Amino acid sequence: MKRFAALYARLDDSRATSVKVEAMRAYFAEAPAADAAWGLYFLTGQRLKRLIAPTLLRAWISDATGLAPAIVEDCYAHVGDLAETLALLLDRAARPQPMIERGLAEWVAWLLALREQDVDTQRAALLEAWARLPLDECFLFNKLLTGALRVGVSSGLAARALALHAGLDETLIAQRLMGEWLRVASPARSRRERIAMDGLAGGGEEGLPGAMDGDSLANHLKGAAEAFAALLTPGSAEAHPSQPYPFCLASPIEDAADAVWDAGLPSGLGPVGDWLAEWKWDGIRGQLIRRAGQTFLWSRGEELLNGRFPEIEMAAARLPDGTVLDGEILAHDGRTVLPFAKLQTRIGRKTVGKKLLADAPVAFVAYDLIEWQGEDWRSRPLAERRAQLETIVADTAEPRLKLSEPVIADSWAALAEWRSQACELGVEGLMLKARDSRYQAGRRRGAWWKWKLEAMSIDCVLLYAQAGHGRRANLYTDYTLAVWEGPNPGEGLLLPVAKAYSGLTDAELTKIDSWIKKHTREKFGPVRSVDASAEAGQVFEIAFEGIQASSRHKAGVALRFPRIARWRTDKPAREANTLADLKRLLPRREV
Amino acid sequence: MKPDDLVVVRPEGLYCPHGDFHIDPWRGVPRAVITHAHADHARGGSQHYWAAARGHALLRERLGKQAQITPLAYGETVRFGAVTVSLHSAGHILGSAQVRIAHDDGRVWGVSGDFKRDRDPSCDAFEPFACDTWITEATFALPIYRWTDTREVAAEIFDWWQAAKRDGQSAVLFCYSLGKAQRVLAELTAFTDETVYVHGAMPGLIKAYRAAGIRMLPTEAVSNIPKGTSFAGKLVLAPPGASGTPWMKRMHPYSTGFASGWMRVRGGKRRLAYDRGFVLSDHADWDSLLATIDDTGARRVLVTHGHGDALIAHLTARGIEASMLATQFEGEGGAAADGEAEAVDSAAAD
Repeated sequence: MKRFAALYARLDDSRATSVKVEAMRAYFAEAPAADAAWGLYFLTGQRLKRLIAPTLLRAWISDATGLAPAIVEDCYAHVGDLAETLALLLDRAARPQPMIERGLAEWVAWLLALREQDVDTQRAALLEAWARLPLDECFLFNKLLTGALRVGVSSGLAARALALHAGLDETLIAQRLMGEWLRVASPARSRRERIAMDGLAGGGEEGLPGAMDGDSLANHLKGAAEAFAALLTPGSAEAHPSQPYPFCLASPIEDAADAVWDAGLPSGLGPVGDWLAEWKWDGIRGQLIRRAGQTFLWSRGEELLNGRFPEIEMAAARLPDGTVLDGEILAHDGRTVLPFAKLQTRIGRKTVGKKLLADAPVAFVAYDLIEWQGEDWRSRPLAERRAQLETIVADTAEPRLKLSEPVIADSWAALAEWRSQACELGVEGLMLKARDSRYQAGRRRGAWWKWKLEAMSIDCVLLYAQAGHGRRANLYTDYTLAVWEGPNPGEGLLLPVAKAYSGLTDAELTKIDSWIKKHTREKFGPVRSVDASAEAGQVFEIAFEGIQASSRHKAGVALRFPRIARWRTDKPAREANTLADLKRLLPRREV
Repeated sequence: MKPDDLVVVRPEGLYCPHGDFHIDPWRGVPRAVITHAHADHARGGSQHYWAAARGHALLRERLGKQAQITPLAYGETVRFGAVTVSLHSAGHILGSAQVRIAHDDGRVWGVSGDFKRDRDPSCDAFEPFACDTWITEATFALPIYRWTDTREVAAEIFDWWQAAKRDGQSAVLFCYSLGKAQRVLAELTAFTDETVYVHGAMPGLIKAYRAAGIRMLPTEAVSNIPKGTSFAGKLVLAPPGASGTPWMKRMHPYSTGFASGWMRVRGGKRRLAYDRGFVLSDHADWDSLLATIDDTGARRVLVTHGHGDALIAHLTARGIEASMLATQFEGEGGAAADGEAEAVDSAAAD
């Protein structure tokens, strides 16, 4: 793991993109293929899931160091990163002989095998490993263990470095990296999912058995090395039926050149008829794949959602083989879209009961056609893809498979009029897509724009603060914010309505942190309550994308994407907004 | 605090009622015993000061010519009312002291001031003494803080400087003007005899160290170098407050480093966005704090500035009576703040 630790240090120390790319390229070139595969896996932001519960790790670190659990917690609150806390606590002056060097892939195999063991074996194995790893490797080892390795490079940058190493086109590499290219990474999937994944291609013996004997270790390393080699193969034909395409992403239209704007309208984009306008639905962006008699539903985060939305999978079964759709998973009763809060009850559920299916039905609202009759349609113009998509949706005639209806307007002004109604419809705004555009990989400016509603905002009082993580560790940066119960500002209780942690500058954060430390009322573990009196409380303007009624929140409303717009040092807490002010912003159909 | 304690906290600072004097008061008082010359410990406005002779020149630099200062050799005693007071080397910076307070009734209290146990060629080593009650600083009182050998850190700094030299950059190392800068200059004598360039906050303090016989690399003030001269390949020391100011323009292109105990934690380093962090502190780490308590044999420990909660919990579990004393000392300017003490340092020396 020394080589990967050195790469990590290099990426961590450097802020220049070119240096990072070169460091990764060199790693891919020099590391054994199995290590390079795993290195790439982590560099692209993927992680090993649920190895050992963090609470157990904390308990064991307490055993290993002889420190009371409360002190370990104090340290964690101070460092803001569990893996780092554990490594720092373990870094004592006296260490026994260092362990024999193991490559990254071998460590991963060791960890995956450990997952299958009983708790006592896990504990003994970890205490042994911890005692022998030097600080930097122990930190990385813990990062793998806690599944939170973030290396400060985007997956796109890692793909670029790999493309350089392979001498292949970057988009080809990006495409190959979609989905589960490193299949030894997910041996613990349910049998049903395994069958779905392996499909007609047949399942190999890739899962790790409980104990890591020599043969299975060799198989594991071989599997990883082969996966890496496959990424580097020249050519363009792609293989596995489950494999999704990279999503085409839109840019905020506010980023368009100034010349585009005229009197608040983006009329510089050209004739309005050259653009397809659609509602920007607020659900889960997804890619629905029907190939080789199987269905695969991927999220934009490249998570396979199979089993979670059975009604969509059933509808997709009627699509012909060789069809890939881009769309949005929305709560939908077959006629209209339901509030996001409905969809929220389905998110995270791996199994869905009858009641939930009835209470929170969903549909796949298709935006685009990416593959048709087994052919990659991404380079065809949007107009052609949409025309075919309309035919497909109509022919399938499934209430769970809908077309994202175009928003028709004969002028930019008329379109702006439509956009202003977005709030009442519960959508985020409009999407604008050039009718002659290709389906591009990732976010490329110019062809697809999102024209969102102006964010709403409200002035809230700071109620609780929690220390941040990573570069914000030991700074109180995560805030719970509240509005007055009323009837008037400064009256009644303060009702929490949002948690927000972004939007302030480092200088402001430092000041607020200092204020929080001086005005702490109570400490609850890592959380502090602060002085929120009408006189002394601090006011923050919160911007948010949407608001919905919610029975799960004490205030009765839930905000979408709240963030701090600014610190209102000019405003005393008694002048912050009331719940009634906030409720006036609810979409009309929900009031 | 208990009614008959030898040291209590008053609004103006730590106070010894039996001897009617203060220790490092943050307001003017009649009698002030000063542990060391950092701004949060040595404040002006008091009528009479007592401080370690080794740090006399530094304290004079801070308090001005008019201040009435009585220098004391380490171990020399002075009577205040019913107590006998002596100062003992604390190993924090040149002339830093712990305060030993012995009551005629036999009780002995110790006040650590800021201290460290690690090797430091720029000041005298910490001298432990036995006491019943020990008032300790706790700047880095979490078990995640453990310092590596200073020579290793110095080697890292030197390697970084040489790498910057190869890349045609200047190496700008941010470190506190009083103590840390001199420690770095002294440690680096093991690697080179090249001249180091320093920010205007530092020459006066460096001169005081040289006068005390501390061997350091030759230095030159940046302000003495003609405009337009390149600093490529040079090591430049500056207080953290100089980071991000127009002063840095002269150093371009540069690599930046920060020498501080806070650099032990990645979050602190990333937040401050220096290219490199070097874990080098003039305060005691967790192990040293505990070892020192053992050395004193104290059965009661009072904790001043820093992360007191963990230390108190740890000591309590080991059967030592421990509690917090609320003070206004700042310790090593936090990773978040650049250290107010530093701003005062710069002002005083410019």
